[in-house]
Amino acid sequence: MDTYLALLSFGPHGWGDELLAGAGVTISIALATLPFGLALGLLVALGRRSGSMVLRGLSTLYTTIFRGVPELLTLYIIYFGFQVLAQKAWKGLGFAGNLEISPFVAGMVALGVVLAAFSAEVWLGALNAIQKGQREAASALGLTKFQAFRLVVLPQLLRIALPGLGNNWMVLLKETSLVSVITLQDTMFIATRANVVTKEPFLFFGIACLIYLFFSMVSARGIGVLETRMNRGYSRAGV
Amino acid sequence: MWCSWPGAAIGLEVLERYGCRMVDGLGLTLTLVALSFSLGLAFGLGLAVLRLRAPRAVALPLAGYMTFFRGTPLLCQLFLIYYGLGAFRPFWQEVNLWWFFRDPLYCCLFAFVLNTAAYQAEIFRGAIASLPAGQAEAARALGMRPFAIFLKVELPQAMIVALRPLGNELIIMIKASSLASLVTLYDLMGATKLAFARSFDLSIYVVAALVYLLMVEIIRRVWDWAEGRLTQHLAIRV
Repeated sequence: MDTYLALLSFGPHGWGDELLAGAGVTISIALATLPFGLALGLLVALGRRSGSMVLRGLSTLYTTIFRGVPELLTLYIIYFGFQVLAQKAWKGLGFAGNLEISPFVAGMVALGVVLAAFSAEVWLGALNAIQKGQREAASALGLTKFQAFRLVVLPQLLRIALPGLGNNWMVLLKETSLVSVITLQDTMFIATRANVVTKEPFLFFGIACLIYLFFSMVSARGIGVLETRMNRGYSRAGV
Repeated sequence: MWCSWPGAAIGLEVLERYGCRMVDGLGLTLTLVALSFSLGLAFGLGLAVLRLRAPRAVALPLAGYMTFFRGTPLLCQLFLIYYGLGAFRPFWQEVNLWWFFRDPLYCCLFAFVLNTAAYQAEIFRGAIASLPAGQAEAARALGMRPFAIFLKVELPQAMIVALRPLGNELIIMIKASSLASLVTLYDLMGATKLAFARSFDLSIYVVAALVYLLMVEIIRRVWDWAEGRLTQHLAIRV
Protein backbone atom coordinates (compact mmCIF):
# COMPACT_ATOMS: atom_id res chain seq x y z
CA MET A 1 0.00 0.00 0.00
CA ASP A 2 2.83 2.36 0.98
CA THR A 3 4.54 1.76 -2.35
CA TYR A 4 1.34 2.69 -4.16
CA LEU A 5 1.05 5.90 -2.16
CA ALA A 6 4.70 6.68 -2.92
CA LEU A 7 4.02 6.10 -6.64
CA LEU A 8 1.16 8.58 -6.50
CA SER A 9 2.93 11.19 -4.38
CA PHE A 10 3.73 14.66 -5.62
CA GLY A 11 7.49 14.39 -5.33
CA PRO A 12 10.21 13.73 -7.91
CA HIS A 13 9.61 9.96 -7.51
CA GLY A 14 5.83 10.06 -7.48
CA TRP A 15 3.50 10.46 -10.42
CA GLY A 16 0.89 12.56 -8.62
CA ASP A 17 1.98 15.89 -10.08
CA GLU A 18 2.39 14.43 -13.59
CA LEU A 19 -1.08 12.89 -13.47
CA LEU A 20 -2.53 16.17 -12.31
CA ALA A 21 -0.81 17.98 -15.18
CA GLY A 22 -2.18 15.33 -17.57
CA ALA A 23 -5.68 15.87 -16.22
CA GLY A 24 -5.14 19.58 -16.81
CA VAL A 25 -4.21 18.92 -20.45
CA THR A 26 -7.28 16.68 -20.88
CA ILE A 27 -9.64 19.35 -19.63
CA SER A 28 -7.81 22.13 -21.53
CA ILE A 29 -8.08 20.41 -24.89
CA ALA A 30 -11.74 19.60 -24.27
CA LEU A 31 -12.48 23.21 -23.30
CA ALA A 32 -10.43 24.59 -26.21
CA THR A 33 -12.26 22.34 -28.69
CA LEU A 34 -15.75 23.13 -27.41
CA PRO A 35 -16.34 26.69 -28.69
CA PHE A 36 -14.67 25.95 -32.04
CA GLY A 37 -16.64 22.72 -32.55
CA LEU A 38 -19.97 24.15 -31.46
CA ALA A 39 -19.64 27.28 -33.60
CA LEU A 40 -18.67 25.24 -36.67
CA GLY A 41 -21.52 22.86 -35.91
CA LEU A 42 -24.02 25.72 -35.82
CA LEU A 43 -22.71 26.98 -39.17
CA VAL A 44 -23.08 23.50 -40.67
CA ALA A 45 -26.62 23.24 -39.27
CA LEU A 46 -27.50 26.62 -40.81
CA GLY A 47 -25.99 25.32 -44.06
CA ARG A 48 -28.26 22.30 -43.92
CA ARG A 49 -31.27 24.65 -43.79
CA SER A 50 -30.03 27.14 -46.37
CA GLY A 51 -31.83 27.83 -49.62
CA SER A 52 -28.83 27.05 -51.76
CA MET A 53 -28.66 23.45 -52.90
CA VAL A 54 -24.86 23.51 -53.06
CA LEU A 55 -24.59 24.64 -49.44
CA ARG A 56 -27.14 22.06 -48.32
CA GLY A 57 -25.31 19.29 -50.16
CA LEU A 58 -21.93 20.31 -48.79
CA SER A 59 -23.09 20.46 -45.19
CA THR A 60 -24.87 17.11 -45.48
CA LEU A 61 -21.70 15.62 -46.94
CA TYR A 62 -19.71 17.13 -44.07
CA THR A 63 -21.87 15.58 -41.33
CA THR A 64 -22.02 12.23 -43.15
CA ILE A 65 -18.24 12.04 -43.43
CA PHE A 66 -17.22 13.13 -39.97
CA ARG A 67 -19.93 11.14 -38.20
CA GLY A 68 -19.02 8.00 -40.13
CA VAL A 69 -15.23 7.95 -39.99
CA PRO A 70 -13.61 6.71 -36.75
CA GLU A 71 -12.30 9.59 -34.64
CA LEU A 72 -8.90 7.90 -34.45
CA LEU A 73 -8.66 7.89 -38.25
CA THR A 74 -9.73 11.54 -38.51
CA LEU A 75 -7.06 12.38 -35.96
CA TYR A 76 -4.35 10.56 -37.94
CA ILE A 77 -5.42 12.09 -41.25
CA ILE A 78 -5.41 15.61 -39.83
CA TYR A 79 -2.21 15.18 -37.84
CA PHE A 80 -0.17 13.57 -40.63
CA GLY A 81 -1.94 15.53 -43.36
CA PHE A 82 -1.11 18.80 -41.62
CA GLN A 83 2.44 17.63 -41.20
CA VAL A 84 2.83 16.89 -44.91
CA LEU A 85 1.12 20.10 -46.03
CA ALA A 86 3.05 22.28 -43.59
CA GLN A 87 6.29 20.61 -44.62
CA LYS A 88 5.58 21.33 -48.28
CA ALA A 89 4.62 24.94 -47.57
CA TRP A 90 7.72 25.35 -45.40
CA LYS A 91 10.01 24.00 -48.10
CA GLY A 92 8.07 25.93 -50.74
CA LEU A 93 8.81 29.17 -48.92
CA GLY A 94 12.46 28.28 -49.12
CA PHE A 95 13.09 27.59 -45.43
CA ALA A 96 15.40 24.83 -44.31
CA GLY A 97 14.79 22.30 -41.57
CA ASN A 98 11.60 20.70 -40.31
CA LEU A 99 8.38 22.32 -39.19
CA GLU A 100 6.65 20.57 -36.31
CA ILE A 101 2.89 20.65 -36.00
CA SER A 102 1.75 20.97 -32.41
CA PRO A 103 -0.21 17.88 -31.37
CA PHE A 104 -2.46 20.15 -29.33
CA VAL A 105 -3.55 22.10 -32.40
CA ALA A 106 -3.93 18.95 -34.53
CA GLY A 107 -5.92 17.28 -31.74
CA MET A 108 -8.08 20.34 -31.29
CA VAL A 109 -8.85 20.59 -34.99
CA ALA A 110 -9.61 16.86 -35.32
CA LEU A 111 -11.84 16.71 -32.24
CA GLY A 112 -13.41 20.02 -33.28
CA VAL A 113 -14.46 18.94 -36.78
CA VAL A 114 -15.96 15.74 -35.35
CA LEU A 115 -17.75 17.66 -32.60
CA ALA A 116 -19.06 20.05 -35.25
CA ALA A 117 -20.56 17.16 -37.23
CA PHE A 118 -22.33 15.70 -34.21
CA SER A 119 -23.43 19.01 -32.73
CA ALA A 120 -24.78 20.10 -36.13
CA GLU A 121 -27.44 17.40 -35.75
CA VAL A 122 -28.37 18.78 -32.34
CA TRP A 123 -28.42 22.39 -33.57
CA LEU A 124 -30.52 21.32 -36.55
CA GLY A 125 -33.10 19.65 -34.31
CA ALA A 126 -33.27 22.76 -32.13
CA LEU A 127 -33.56 25.08 -35.15
CA ASN A 128 -36.44 22.99 -36.45
CA ALA A 129 -38.14 23.17 -33.05
CA ILE A 130 -38.48 26.94 -33.27
CA GLN A 131 -41.69 27.77 -35.07
CA LYS A 132 -41.64 29.59 -38.35
CA GLY A 133 -44.08 32.15 -36.90
CA GLN A 134 -41.33 33.51 -34.65
CA ARG A 135 -39.13 34.42 -37.59
CA GLU A 136 -42.12 35.86 -39.41
CA ALA A 137 -43.05 37.94 -36.37
CA ALA A 138 -39.46 39.17 -36.11
CA SER A 139 -39.43 40.24 -39.75
CA ALA A 140 -42.84 41.88 -39.29
CA LEU A 141 -41.25 43.94 -36.50
CA GLY A 142 -38.65 45.10 -38.99
CA LEU A 143 -35.72 43.03 -37.69
CA THR A 144 -33.16 42.03 -40.28
CA LYS A 145 -32.49 38.33 -40.80
CA PHE A 146 -29.32 38.50 -38.73
CA GLN A 147 -31.02 40.46 -35.94
CA ALA A 148 -33.86 37.95 -35.86
CA PHE A 149 -31.35 35.15 -35.53
CA ARG A 150 -29.32 36.86 -32.81
CA LEU A 151 -32.16 38.29 -30.74
CA VAL A 152 -35.02 35.87 -31.26
CA VAL A 153 -33.74 32.49 -32.38
CA LEU A 154 -30.38 32.16 -30.62
CA PRO A 155 -31.53 32.65 -27.01
CA GLN A 156 -34.18 29.96 -27.42
CA LEU A 157 -31.87 27.74 -29.41
CA LEU A 158 -29.43 27.28 -26.53
CA ARG A 159 -32.17 26.20 -24.17
CA ILE A 160 -33.58 23.63 -26.59
CA ALA A 161 -30.19 22.33 -27.72
CA LEU A 162 -28.64 22.08 -24.26
CA PRO A 163 -29.45 18.42 -23.45
CA GLY A 164 -28.03 17.31 -26.81
CA LEU A 165 -25.00 19.57 -26.55
CA GLY A 166 -24.42 18.27 -23.03
CA ASN A 167 -24.26 14.78 -24.53
CA ASN A 168 -21.79 16.03 -27.16
CA TRP A 169 -19.60 17.41 -24.39
CA MET A 170 -19.55 14.10 -22.51
CA VAL A 171 -18.54 12.27 -25.70
CA LEU A 172 -15.86 14.87 -26.43
CA LEU A 173 -14.43 14.55 -22.94
CA LYS A 174 -13.91 10.82 -23.44
CA GLU A 175 -12.64 11.23 -26.99
CA THR A 176 -9.83 13.50 -25.83
CA SER A 177 -8.11 10.31 -24.62
CA LEU A 178 -7.28 9.62 -28.30
CA VAL A 179 -4.90 12.58 -28.55
CA SER A 180 -2.43 10.58 -26.44
CA VAL A 181 -1.61 8.62 -29.62
CA ILE A 182 -0.26 11.78 -31.28
CA THR A 183 1.95 12.33 -28.21
CA LEU A 184 -0.05 15.06 -26.52
CA GLN A 185 0.70 14.61 -22.82
CA ASP A 186 -2.84 14.16 -21.53
CA THR A 187 -4.06 11.82 -18.76
CA MET A 188 -3.83 8.72 -20.95
CA PHE A 189 -0.33 9.60 -22.16
CA ILE A 190 0.97 10.10 -18.62
CA ALA A 191 -0.64 6.85 -17.45
CA THR A 192 1.02 4.99 -20.34
CA ARG A 193 4.40 6.50 -19.52
CA ALA A 194 4.00 5.80 -15.81
CA ASN A 195 3.22 2.20 -16.70
CA VAL A 196 6.37 1.91 -18.82
CA VAL A 197 8.52 3.24 -15.97
CA THR A 198 6.92 1.59 -12.93
CA LYS A 199 5.30 -1.57 -14.41
CA GLU A 200 2.11 -0.87 -12.49
CA PRO A 201 -0.44 -0.77 -15.31
CA PHE A 202 -3.51 -1.59 -13.22
CA LEU A 203 -2.82 1.22 -10.77
CA PHE A 204 -2.14 3.90 -13.39
CA PHE A 205 -4.81 3.03 -15.94
CA GLY A 206 -7.21 2.64 -13.03
CA ILE A 207 -6.34 6.13 -11.80
CA ALA A 208 -6.67 7.47 -15.36
CA CYS A 209 -10.16 5.95 -15.62
CA LEU A 210 -11.10 7.53 -12.30
CA ILE A 211 -9.88 10.93 -13.51
CA TYR A 212 -12.14 10.68 -16.58
CA LEU A 213 -14.98 9.41 -14.40
CA PHE A 214 -14.56 12.39 -12.12
CA PHE A 215 -14.73 14.82 -15.07
CA SER A 216 -17.80 13.00 -16.44
CA MET A 217 -19.65 13.12 -13.15
CA VAL A 218 -18.83 16.77 -12.51
CA SER A 219 -19.96 17.59 -16.07
CA ALA A 220 -23.21 15.70 -15.63
CA ARG A 221 -23.93 17.73 -12.50
CA GLY A 222 -22.93 20.96 -14.19
CA ILE A 223 -25.13 20.29 -17.22
CA GLY A 224 -28.03 19.46 -14.89
CA VAL A 225 -27.63 22.78 -13.07
CA LEU A 226 -27.38 24.65 -16.37
CA GLU A 227 -30.53 22.99 -17.66
CA THR A 228 -32.49 23.95 -14.56
CA ARG A 229 -31.21 27.51 -14.89
CA MET A 230 -32.12 27.79 -18.55
CA ASN A 231 -35.54 26.27 -18.03
CA ARG A 232 -36.54 28.59 -15.21
CA GLY A 233 -39.63 30.40 -16.34
CA TYR A 234 -40.81 27.34 -18.23
CA SER A 235 -43.12 25.23 -16.11
CA ARG A 236 -43.06 21.65 -17.19
CA ALA A 237 -46.34 20.36 -18.54
CA GLY A 238 -48.23 18.13 -16.15
CA VAL A 239 -46.39 19.27 -13.03
CA MET B 1 -4.54 -12.27 -55.46
CA TRP B 2 -7.91 -10.69 -56.04
CA CYS B 3 -7.51 -8.35 -53.07
CA SER B 4 -4.76 -6.42 -54.87
CA TRP B 5 -6.99 -5.72 -57.87
CA PRO B 6 -8.81 -2.64 -56.57
CA GLY B 7 -5.49 -0.91 -55.98
CA ALA B 8 -4.22 -1.93 -59.41
CA ALA B 9 -7.46 -0.83 -61.04
CA ILE B 10 -7.31 2.72 -59.69
CA GLY B 11 -3.53 2.85 -59.98
CA LEU B 12 -2.88 3.30 -56.27
CA GLU B 13 0.34 1.46 -55.58
CA VAL B 14 0.02 1.41 -51.80
CA LEU B 15 -3.46 -0.13 -52.02
CA GLU B 16 -2.26 -2.70 -54.53
CA ARG B 17 0.57 -3.75 -52.25
CA TYR B 18 -1.37 -3.72 -48.96
CA GLY B 19 -4.86 -4.53 -50.30
CA CYS B 20 -4.77 -8.08 -48.95
CA ARG B 21 -3.76 -6.92 -45.49
CA MET B 22 -6.56 -4.38 -45.57
CA VAL B 23 -9.09 -7.07 -46.49
CA ASP B 24 -7.84 -9.27 -43.64
CA GLY B 25 -8.07 -6.25 -41.36
CA LEU B 26 -11.61 -5.59 -42.49
CA GLY B 27 -12.44 -9.19 -41.64
CA LEU B 28 -11.08 -8.75 -38.12
CA THR B 29 -12.96 -5.46 -37.70
CA LEU B 30 -16.24 -7.10 -38.76
CA THR B 31 -15.62 -10.08 -36.46
CA LEU B 32 -14.83 -7.84 -33.51
CA VAL B 33 -17.91 -5.68 -34.08
CA ALA B 34 -20.29 -8.58 -34.71
CA LEU B 35 -19.15 -10.55 -31.66
CA SER B 36 -18.99 -7.67 -29.23
CA PHE B 37 -22.25 -6.12 -30.37
CA SER B 38 -24.25 -9.37 -30.16
CA LEU B 39 -22.74 -10.41 -26.82
CA GLY B 40 -23.30 -6.88 -25.57
CA LEU B 41 -26.92 -7.11 -26.69
CA ALA B 42 -27.52 -10.25 -24.62
CA PHE B 43 -25.71 -8.93 -21.54
CA GLY B 44 -27.22 -5.48 -21.94
CA LEU B 45 -30.77 -6.81 -21.99
CA GLY B 46 -30.12 -8.96 -18.93
CA LEU B 47 -28.52 -6.05 -17.11
CA ALA B 48 -31.40 -3.71 -17.92
CA VAL B 49 -33.96 -6.17 -16.56
CA LEU B 50 -31.90 -6.77 -13.42
CA ARG B 51 -31.51 -3.05 -12.84
CA LEU B 52 -35.25 -2.50 -13.11
CA ARG B 53 -36.53 -5.59 -11.32
CA ALA B 54 -33.80 -6.95 -9.02
CA PRO B 55 -33.49 -5.95 -5.35
CA ARG B 56 -31.35 -2.92 -4.53
CA ALA B 57 -28.41 -5.01 -3.39
CA VAL B 58 -28.06 -6.32 -6.95
CA ALA B 59 -29.23 -3.25 -8.85
CA LEU B 60 -26.88 -0.82 -7.13
CA PRO B 61 -23.56 -2.47 -8.08
CA LEU B 62 -24.90 -2.85 -11.61
CA ALA B 63 -25.64 0.86 -11.70
CA GLY B 64 -22.06 1.45 -10.56
CA TYR B 65 -20.74 -0.76 -13.37
CA MET B 66 -22.81 1.13 -15.92
CA THR B 67 -21.69 4.52 -14.63
CA PHE B 68 -18.05 3.47 -14.75
CA PHE B 69 -18.15 2.08 -18.28
CA ARG B 70 -20.24 4.92 -19.65
CA GLY B 71 -18.23 7.60 -17.86
CA THR B 72 -14.72 6.60 -18.92
CA PRO B 73 -13.10 6.38 -22.38
CA LEU B 74 -13.07 3.00 -24.10
CA LEU B 75 -9.35 3.45 -24.71
CA CYS B 76 -8.73 3.66 -20.97
CA GLN B 77 -10.89 0.60 -20.32
CA LEU B 78 -9.06 -1.33 -23.02
CA PHE B 79 -5.65 -0.50 -21.54
CA LEU B 80 -6.90 -1.24 -18.02
CA ILE B 81 -7.95 -4.71 -19.14
CA TYR B 82 -5.12 -5.56 -21.55
CA TYR B 83 -2.18 -4.09 -19.64
CA GLY B 84 -3.74 -3.81 -16.17
CA LEU B 85 -5.32 -7.24 -15.77
CA GLY B 86 -2.55 -8.80 -17.81
CA ALA B 87 -0.09 -7.72 -15.12
CA PHE B 88 -1.56 -10.24 -12.66
CA ARG B 89 -0.02 -13.10 -14.59
CA PRO B 90 0.68 -15.49 -11.66
CA PHE B 91 -2.93 -15.21 -10.55
CA TRP B 92 -4.35 -15.91 -14.02
CA GLN B 93 -1.99 -18.86 -14.41
CA GLU B 94 -3.21 -20.17 -11.08
CA VAL B 95 -6.85 -20.08 -12.19
CA ASN B 96 -6.01 -21.24 -15.74
CA LEU B 97 -7.19 -18.04 -17.41
CA TRP B 98 -3.82 -16.78 -18.60
CA TRP B 99 -4.58 -17.87 -22.19
CA PHE B 100 -7.42 -15.33 -22.12
CA PHE B 101 -5.68 -12.28 -20.65
CA ARG B 102 -2.49 -12.92 -22.59
CA ASP B 103 -4.24 -12.54 -25.92
CA PRO B 104 -4.89 -8.98 -27.14
CA LEU B 105 -7.84 -10.22 -29.23
CA TYR B 106 -9.67 -11.69 -26.22
CA CYS B 107 -8.86 -8.65 -24.09
CA CYS B 108 -10.14 -6.38 -26.81
CA LEU B 109 -13.36 -8.37 -27.14
CA PHE B 110 -13.75 -8.38 -23.36
CA ALA B 111 -13.34 -4.60 -23.13
CA PHE B 112 -15.69 -3.96 -26.08
CA VAL B 113 -18.38 -6.28 -24.68
CA LEU B 114 -18.21 -4.71 -21.21
CA ASN B 115 -18.39 -1.24 -22.75
CA THR B 116 -21.19 -1.80 -25.22
CA ALA B 117 -23.19 -3.91 -22.75
CA ALA B 118 -23.24 -0.91 -20.39
CA TYR B 119 -24.51 1.40 -23.15
CA GLN B 120 -27.02 -1.12 -24.46
CA ALA B 121 -28.29 -1.79 -20.95
CA GLU B 122 -29.00 1.92 -20.59
CA ILE B 123 -30.84 1.89 -23.95
CA PHE B 124 -33.00 -1.08 -22.92
CA ARG B 125 -33.59 0.34 -19.45
CA GLY B 126 -34.89 3.57 -20.94
CA ALA B 127 -37.00 1.69 -23.50
CA ILE B 128 -38.61 -0.63 -20.95
CA ALA B 129 -39.19 2.23 -18.51
CA SER B 130 -40.83 4.29 -21.25
CA LEU B 131 -43.72 1.80 -21.65
CA PRO B 132 -46.95 2.88 -20.01
CA ALA B 133 -47.67 0.97 -16.78
CA GLY B 134 -51.12 0.09 -18.11
CA GLN B 135 -49.58 -2.40 -20.54
CA ALA B 136 -48.25 -4.70 -17.83
CA GLU B 137 -51.36 -4.14 -15.69
CA ALA B 138 -53.67 -5.14 -18.53
CA ALA B 139 -51.60 -8.26 -19.19
CA ARG B 140 -51.73 -9.15 -15.50
CA ALA B 141 -55.50 -8.66 -15.51
CA LEU B 142 -55.64 -11.19 -18.35
CA GLY B 143 -53.91 -13.66 -16.07
CA MET B 144 -50.49 -13.66 -17.76
CA ARG B 145 -47.46 -14.67 -15.73
CA PRO B 146 -44.67 -12.09 -15.11
CA PHE B 147 -42.26 -13.83 -17.49
CA ALA B 148 -44.86 -14.05 -20.24
CA ILE B 149 -45.78 -10.40 -19.68
CA PHE B 150 -42.16 -9.41 -20.15
CA LEU B 151 -41.58 -11.63 -23.18
CA LYS B 152 -44.82 -11.06 -25.05
CA VAL B 153 -45.99 -7.62 -24.01
CA GLU B 154 -43.10 -5.48 -22.79
CA LEU B 155 -40.12 -6.73 -24.79
CA PRO B 156 -41.62 -6.38 -28.30
CA GLN B 157 -42.66 -2.82 -27.63
CA ALA B 158 -39.41 -1.92 -25.89
CA MET B 159 -37.40 -3.30 -28.82
CA ILE B 160 -39.11 -0.86 -31.19
CA VAL B 161 -38.24 2.07 -28.92
CA ALA B 162 -34.69 0.75 -28.60
CA LEU B 163 -34.19 0.10 -32.31
CA ARG B 164 -32.86 3.52 -33.31
CA PRO B 165 -30.44 3.98 -30.39
CA LEU B 166 -29.22 0.41 -30.89
CA GLY B 167 -28.39 1.27 -34.50
CA ASN B 168 -26.43 4.28 -33.31
CA GLU B 169 -24.61 2.09 -30.80
CA LEU B 170 -23.68 -0.35 -33.58
CA ILE B 171 -22.26 2.53 -35.63
CA ILE B 172 -20.31 3.76 -32.59
CA MET B 173 -18.99 0.21 -32.14
CA ILE B 174 -17.75 0.05 -35.76
CA LYS B 175 -15.85 3.28 -35.26
CA ALA B 176 -14.62 2.34 -31.78
CA SER B 177 -13.30 -1.00 -33.03
CA SER B 178 -10.44 0.98 -34.59
CA LEU B 179 -8.99 1.20 -31.07
CA ALA B 180 -8.04 -2.48 -31.44
CA SER B 181 -5.11 -1.23 -33.52
CA LEU B 182 -3.65 0.30 -30.34
CA VAL B 183 -3.23 -3.08 -28.65
CA THR B 184 -1.17 -4.61 -31.49
CA LEU B 185 -4.14 -6.01 -33.45
CA TYR B 186 -4.27 -5.69 -37.22
CA ASP B 187 -7.87 -4.72 -37.78
CA LEU B 188 -8.73 -2.40 -40.68
CA MET B 189 -7.18 0.51 -38.79
CA GLY B 190 -4.12 -1.52 -37.79
CA ALA B 191 -3.53 -2.69 -41.37
CA THR B 192 -3.90 0.90 -42.58
CA LYS B 193 -1.37 2.16 -40.03
CA LEU B 194 1.06 -0.51 -41.10
CA ALA B 195 0.63 0.40 -44.76
CA PHE B 196 1.17 4.08 -43.96
CA ALA B 197 4.20 3.42 -41.79
CA ARG B 198 5.84 1.53 -44.66
CA SER B 199 4.78 3.73 -47.57
CA PHE B 200 4.23 7.21 -46.08
CA ASP B 201 1.36 7.52 -48.54
CA LEU B 202 -1.50 9.37 -46.84
CA SER B 203 -4.02 8.19 -49.44
CA ILE B 204 -4.24 4.82 -47.70
CA TYR B 205 -5.88 6.60 -44.74
CA VAL B 206 -8.42 8.08 -47.12
CA VAL B 207 -9.15 4.60 -48.51
CA ALA B 208 -9.71 3.30 -44.97
CA ALA B 209 -11.97 6.26 -44.21
CA LEU B 210 -14.07 5.42 -47.26
CA VAL B 211 -14.38 1.78 -46.18
CA TYR B 212 -15.53 2.80 -42.70
CA LEU B 213 -17.92 5.30 -44.23
CA LEU B 214 -19.36 2.60 -46.47
CA MET B 215 -19.94 0.26 -43.51
CA VAL B 216 -21.66 2.99 -41.52
CA GLU B 217 -23.80 3.98 -44.48
CA ILE B 218 -24.90 0.36 -45.08
CA ILE B 219 -25.88 -0.01 -41.41
CA ARG B 220 -27.79 3.27 -41.56
CA ARG B 221 -29.73 2.19 -44.65
CA VAL B 222 -30.50 -1.26 -43.25
CA TRP B 223 -31.68 0.30 -40.01
CA ASP B 224 -33.93 2.81 -41.77
CA TRP B 225 -35.44 -0.01 -43.79
CA ALA B 226 -35.91 -2.25 -40.74
CA GLU B 227 -37.48 0.55 -38.75
CA GLY B 228 -39.90 1.26 -41.57
CA ARG B 229 -40.88 -2.41 -41.72
CA LEU B 230 -41.20 -2.91 -37.97
CA THR B 231 -43.21 0.21 -37.28
CA GLN B 232 -45.66 -0.21 -40.17
CA HIS B 233 -48.52 -0.84 -37.73
CA LEU B 234 -47.73 2.41 -35.90
CA ALA B 235 -47.55 4.63 -38.97
CA ILE B 236 -50.34 7.13 -39.38
CA ARG B 237 -52.35 6.13 -42.41
CA VAL B 238 -53.56 9.05 -44.44
